[in-house]
Amino acid sequence: MELKDKLLASFMAFESSVDIDSNVHDLRVEAIKKFEDDGFPTKKLEAWKYTSLYSVLKHDYSVFPKGEPRLEYADIKQYFIHDIDSYKIVFVDGKYSSYLSQTTHDGIDVCLMSAALNKPKYRMVIDKYFNKAARNEGLSALNTAFSQEGAYIHIPKNKVVEKPIQILHFATGTETGLMLQPRNLIIVDENSHLEIIERHQSLTDNPVLTNCVTEIFTNKRAIIDYYKVQNDKQTASLIDNTYINQKQESVASVHTFSFGGKLTRNNLNFYQNGQRINSNLKGVTIIGEKQHVDHNTLVHHIEPNCESHQDYKSIIGDSAIGVFNGKIVVEKEAQKTNAFQANNNLLVSDKATMNTKPQLEIFADDVKCSHGCTIGQLDESAMFYLQSRGIPKKEARALLMYAFSNDILSSVKIPEVKQRITKLIAQKLNVNLGFDL
Amino acid sequence: MLHIQNLHASIDGKGILKGINLNVKPGEVHAIMGPNGSGKSTLASVIAGKDEFEVTKGEMLFENEDIQELDPEERAHKGIFLSFQYPVEIPGVSVTNFIKTAINETRKSKGLGDMPANEMLKMIKEKAEMLEIDRKFLSRSLNEGFSGGEKKRNEIFQLAMLEPKLAILDETDSGLDIDALRIVASGVNKLKSKDNAVIVITHYQRLLDYIVPDFVHVLHDGKIVKSGDKNLAKELEAKGYDWIKDEATV
Repeated sequence: MELKDKLLASFMAFESSVDIDSNVHDLRVEAIKKFEDDGFPTKKLEAWKYTSLYSVLKHDYSVFPKGEPRLEYADIKQYFIHDIDSYKIVFVDGKYSSYLSQTTHDGIDVCLMSAALNKPKYRMVIDKYFNKAARNEGLSALNTAFSQEGAYIHIPKNKVVEKPIQILHFATGTETGLMLQPRNLIIVDENSHLEIIERHQSLTDNPVLTNCVTEIFTNKRAIIDYYKVQNDKQTASLIDNTYINQKQESVASVHTFSFGGKLTRNNLNFYQNGQRINSNLKGVTIIGEKQHVDHNTLVHHIEPNCESHQDYKSIIGDSAIGVFNGKIVVEKEAQKTNAFQANNNLLVSDKATMNTKPQLEIFADDVKCSHGCTIGQLDESAMFYLQSRGIPKKEARALLMYAFSNDILSSVKIPEVKQRITKLIAQKLNVNLGFDL
Repeated sequence: MLHIQNLHASIDGKGILKGINLNVKPGEVHAIMGPNGSGKSTLASVIAGKDEFEVTKGEMLFENEDIQELDPEERAHKGIFLSFQYPVEIPGVSVTNFIKTAINETRKSKGLGDMPANEMLKMIKEKAEMLEIDRKFLSRSLNEGFSGGEKKRNEIFQLAMLEPKLAILDETDSGLDIDALRIVASGVNKLKSKDNAVIVITHYQRLLDYIVPDFVHVLHDGKIVKSGDKNLAKELEAKGYDWIKDEATV
């Protein structure tokens, strides 16, 4: 059976297994209809021109894993940023793992989507926010239809959350193939500040497909720093759909570090509903072999006096394929917008491919928008400079690639995250840089 | 130490060096002067091993060993150092980390382990003081946002740290004010010994007031057309290059 048919056929069973009276029952039904119409995106769609899901969808995935796998912390410690104190929300094969997690209801809610969807006390918040930022189409609709588990985080106003929150999803391989559809809802109220680190990690060589939706709401003057660490197995694919709805004077920053996985598609959408909003989108992609990473971004400037900064860098080797499609929309009312976009790419093999496409739709007349993209090789004169100092070719290349991607790291605010990413970069470039980073 | 004979080099098929002869012995300072486009920087790059240039003819020996087939890093390991006219900016790599990498890679090529951290720190401190380099400067990204003078001083700092046998200074004086020039020159002078040699490439005589050459060579159209002692530099300063050109064409 094709995956689409399998999912459609599974929907009834899914709905009856969860609470049919749930607040979101109607949304789920509407969403599955939409997915039935839309299906999975194909290359015929402009937004999917350079990314085909064909090779990912052909596997036979279990959509409701049955097992209750148990993981020991020691086995997965390496996937956490373990040298900092943090809240943790951990899922194993789509199921919440209480003994690996550390949640809280003490002044802030750091807990589970399943609880928020089913418990009456969350009803008002769910009605107000759930599925209000996500677009009702294709993959996001599919996720909404099966939305049940994920992270639910609500920070009330005037709270600076001292510890970052780590959201981790593990796939263990008890199924021959596994499809996961986590659903996260994150609300940061007025003046509050939150840091999140998110990772999807497969522990198996069996195919894993994750179709994740995260909705983030930043209210007045709220700040969120979100770090996505993507360094998965060659058999794991991820479609990440993140929607950020910002209110006035809020600052939202998303760093996406894409180092691994078979196919990774990041749909990252910012909506600026207020004045003096700041949106930051940063990304480092380092891929090789036959990996495929596609960044599809949207910044929607709706009101005046807002800013957005996009800076994506990639290093593409072997036969890997990179895609960057960055769309900026500036509405007529959004005067005095400052929107910047940069996408710089290094191709380090003859067979590597990069597709980059800026898309600017500007309807206001008093705005500053700039975009630039480059695709190039390592600078020969820089290579000669390093070599002439006795640094061998391989190390010189690594040093230059490290330098190339490094300025993205300068905006990472958690030192332990920065350190970890630097290490991953060094590892990915397969070299010891010869000094402590 | 360096023996160059009838060296021809070209870039994209265009001949730049057209028969260079040059002999540099330990303890000597050679100045290479000449008008723009005469091939001075090309000569420096060819000695250091830039593969953009193709050596079409001639011989180049360093300590009696043919170095033409060696990569730039291998030449560096043997003790050849080029101070760049336009040092490259490397954001995200600090001056200190860069020099540590360079030193330890050079040691590795000789079968030595990394230099102990305290020894390295001591050396960095000592050489930085000698060149009046501020400590903060050492933690900045390599050459990024450096002024012209800072870049050149950083080149000489690397020279001091790497202690090469042959140092080639390519237009080290350009972009330097007089104070920086004096500091850089005195740094070079302190590093001079009977065992190492310096080739100073310059357009003007100014630097040679501070780094006094044993030999001065004038390059014109890819050839050394005149050699002499330090007085030749003074003569060039007073009379310009035209008389050399005229002499060369005769």
